[in-house]
Amino acid sequence: MFADYKRGLKHGIPIALGYLSVSFAFGIQATSLGLSALQAVMISFFNVTSAGQLAGLQLMAAGAPLIEMALTQLTINLRYALMSLSLSQKLDKTMTLPHRLLVSFCNTDEVFVVASQQPGRVGKAYLYGLTNGPFLGWVGGTLLGALAGGVLPAAVTEALGLAIYGMFIAIILPPFRRSKEVRAVILIAVAMSCLFALVPLFSFISDGFRIIVCAVAASALGAWLMPQPVKDEEEEVLA
Amino acid sequence: MAWSKFLIYLLVMAGVTYLIRMIPLAAIRGKVRSVFLQSFLYYVPYAVLGAMTFPAVFSATGSFPTALAGTIAALVLGWMEKSLLTVAAVSCVVAFLTGLVF
Repeated sequence: MFADYKRGLKHGIPIALGYLSVSFAFGIQATSLGLSALQAVMISFFNVTSAGQLAGLQLMAAGAPLIEMALTQLTINLRYALMSLSLSQKLDKTMTLPHRLLVSFCNTDEVFVVASQQPGRVGKAYLYGLTNGPFLGWVGGTLLGALAGGVLPAAVTEALGLAIYGMFIAIILPPFRRSKEVRAVILIAVAMSCLFALVPLFSFISDGFRIIVCAVAASALGAWLMPQPVKDEEEEVLA
Repeated sequence: MAWSKFLIYLLVMAGVTYLIRMIPLAAIRGKVRSVFLQSFLYYVPYAVLGAMTFPAVFSATGSFPTALAGTIAALVLGWMEKSLLTVAAVSCVVAFLTGLVF
């Protein structure tokens, strides 16, 4: 049990360090838009999501209606429903309801992808280990950014905006290299996303919605043309 | 920002985000049997991250040349299977250095 926790913790360290730089940039932006350091930290503590928080921050600063806040979070973050659905298929018997309620709070893009890539099923010890570091990194980085924001030159804070994407690229490239099926799905998703974002005809589609449409279409196409039967690991877990 | 206003925004924002994550994980206890659905769920994380990264990464720094340089650095290091931290940090440094030139 403890070995699983330690293994998760170890897998979470690079995510936590990546989050430090990304949330640092978020902290800077939050204070520059008129929030206090404590408010910035509270947003990160209760949301634990990059794109949704950034959009939420801008809506707060603009004094947007609450319904717009709710709908924006729904579209940007709906991908998590897909991820939670996918993760639900990998959980072992230690993941009872209370643990599902807690772990889902920290089911970020990176945590999900790393958990998905583990052989067999994953349990509560591994998942708590995996989520603890990134959560601390996310909240701690926000605090540091909120406190240090005014001090850093703009050139530095702008360059930090790349951190989250660098992390995404680092996550998808190894499987992109190894599996031609994954490669095809990623290329379709990227091509669609660029098309929707850059062609003016599609400019009515919001960023969050675009991500969902592209991910669902590319994954469905992949599943239809290149099915990947996942073997049932039930026996291994019970053994 | 005034606390009364802030807390209502925070409640809506965090509430929606949590429910989206929690409901599927708490409600779905069984195993998906359909090969199509299994394959679909297998591909989802990669498709999501791909669509989130491109083309957004090119405007991440507010300047196309610096973002492009940082992206190329990330692609090269990612291809070499360097750690998340290495790829993220080096892409930021490359973007920063490019910004000194352009």
